[in-house]
This record gives sequence, structure tokens and C-alpha cells, in this order.
Amino acid sequence: MKRLRLAVQLLFTIVTNGYMYGFLNGKIYRGSLKYACIPGLNCYSCPGAVAACPIGALQALLNQRGFQIPFAALGFFFLFGSLLGRFVCGWLCPFGLVQDLLHKIPVFQKKKRLPCHRILKYGKYVVLILLVCVCSMFLFGGLAKIPAFCKYLCPSGTLFGAIPLLGANEALRGQTGGLFLWKLGILIAILFLSVKVYRPFCQYLCPLGAIYGWFNRFSLVQIQWEKERCVSCMACEKACPVDLSLKEISRSPECIRCGKCVDACPQKCLHFCGSRTKTTKS
Amino acid sequence: MSFWKNCKPHIGILGILAGAIFLAIGALQGQFVVIWRKAVMICLECIGIG
Repeated sequence: MKRLRLAVQLLFTIVTNGYMYGFLNGKIYRGSLKYACIPGLNCYSCPGAVAACPIGALQALLNQRGFQIPFAALGFFFLFGSLLGRFVCGWLCPFGLVQDLLHKIPVFQKKKRLPCHRILKYGKYVVLILLVCVCSMFLFGGLAKIPAFCKYLCPSGTLFGAIPLLGANEALRGQTGGLFLWKLGILIAILFLSVKVYRPFCQYLCPLGAIYGWFNRFSLVQIQWEKERCVSCMACEKACPVDLSLKEISRSPECIRCGKCVDACPQKCLHFCGSRTKTTKS
Repeated sequence: MSFWKNCKPHIGILGILAGAIFLAIGALQGQFVVIWRKAVMICLECIGIG
């Protein structure tokens, strides 16, 4: 399962950021695939990105004059969320992959959570409501509204968008200033923290994780627990990288469906299933 | 409790249907054009310039 997950993460990242011409020439893809959104946090200014970012799309719609309900962005959230929940985070998100790989570096004693996790985990909802929604609707930069999350926080944009574009495009490089340094600082802090703490951005700051977490209880993809076979060895809880209890696995908004609990269970009583299969079996 | 367990997969399917309906409404309102226009221009805010 571990290798399968890594393979899926790598393949999805490569396929969704496969516009090699963009990397070589400091340009971005401008084709019709960008009408659609990729499920994970993937900056559409990444030179390789072949589709749009769902949070970027949400902000672009909220930046419009007046207020319209962002149906297109909501449609993507409902579709991906109802089908997969936070399986997207565990298996499909490129920035999640980066944090996973950094956490494998064998330095520092690893921690699953930061201190004050119970309070900090709500940070992603604050980012979603304040930065993504409120600021994108009301904050102006000059005459136009700004995508506040993308501008002030998103580390995926810095890593996958800014660094490759600025590396290949001299004209853009000359225009960087304090804002770029701020975003670079945030990126470096998150990347360093990822070495010690498991997926700090996903646990505490990611607005997309906050949205998909709401769908975890109802998504069609679930991790089923066969209670009759369980011997309460708690191997699943020990294996869980976000420190969930057995009852929270798959249901909690914090569960990223990484499948480590499934691998760890000696009785094989945890497994991925479609939700309809779960109902039929029980 | 069993009613809730029976309803859950249907909520997921309803969610997917809702998503499809929202996408259709978004398409009719021209929101995909807005997304595309934003996505095909280099987002200066995203890369720390704008």
C-alpha cells in the first residue's frame, strides 16, 4: 500500500504538471484543460500545470464584481469531496507529496502533531473563511480584488509556480520584492517543519483540506472497519500519522485516507471500500 | 443508528449529483470562462510579485 500510494502520488503529480514546454521556457499552459480543476492544491501558475487550482478558481470567482455564488468551484468541491473526501489529500495532492517525502528524511525526532493541536487544527478553517472567502471578496489591490490566500500564504504557489517561473523567466525575476521574500519564508518554514512534524500545512493551514474534510463522513470512498475481526491491538492507532483513534479513522475531518492503518492491521479488518459495499456487508 | 448508516452512501451520491448540478449552473453563468481566464495568465499574486 505504501509503494502503491507513492506511485499514485508521483504519477498524478507528473501527469497534472506535465507541460514540459512551460518549465523550459518560463511560460504556462493556456489550453482548454484549464477550464477544469485538479482535485489537489496545484498552483495554476506552475509552468507545468495543465488544469486549474480549485482554491484559485474559488478566489477568482469571489474576486468578480458584485457577489455571485461560485457554483463552478462548489461543483468541483462537491464532486471530488463526495466521491473521495480527503483521499485527495493522501493520494493526489502534489504539495502533500512534498511534505510526505520531507518527513521521510531521517533527522530530528518525528512528531505526529504540534503542541496545542486541538486548537491549531482549526487554523485551516480560519484560513478558508478569512483569507480565501472574506478577503477575496472585500480586499482590493489597486482597483481589483486580490486572491488573498494565493497572494499571502499558499506555499504550493511559491514552490511549484514562483520558483520554476522565476528561474526560467528573467523578466519576472527582476520584479520580485518583499512579497516574494515573505512567501519564500513561509514556504521554507513549512518545508523545515515537515521534516519533524507530519504534514503541518495539511493539518493546520490548508483550506482545501478543510473543505474535503467536511465530506469525509459521507464520501463514497471510505476505510471500512470490520469490528467482529478486531482484536483491539491498536496497531492502527500507532500507525496513524495524524494520531487518530480507531473510531476516528476515515470519519474524522483530519483523516487523509493514507492507508497506513490498513497496512498495519494484523487481522486485516481495515480496508478501503466504496460506501455502498460497506452498507451491503454490514 | 441503522437509518443513518443506510443513508450515508446516499448522501455521497446526492453530493455528487449536487456537484454536477453546480457545475452545470456555473457553466451556464459563464464561470468556467472566468476560471480559464485567470488560469491562463501568469498569476503575479501567486508567484509573489503582484
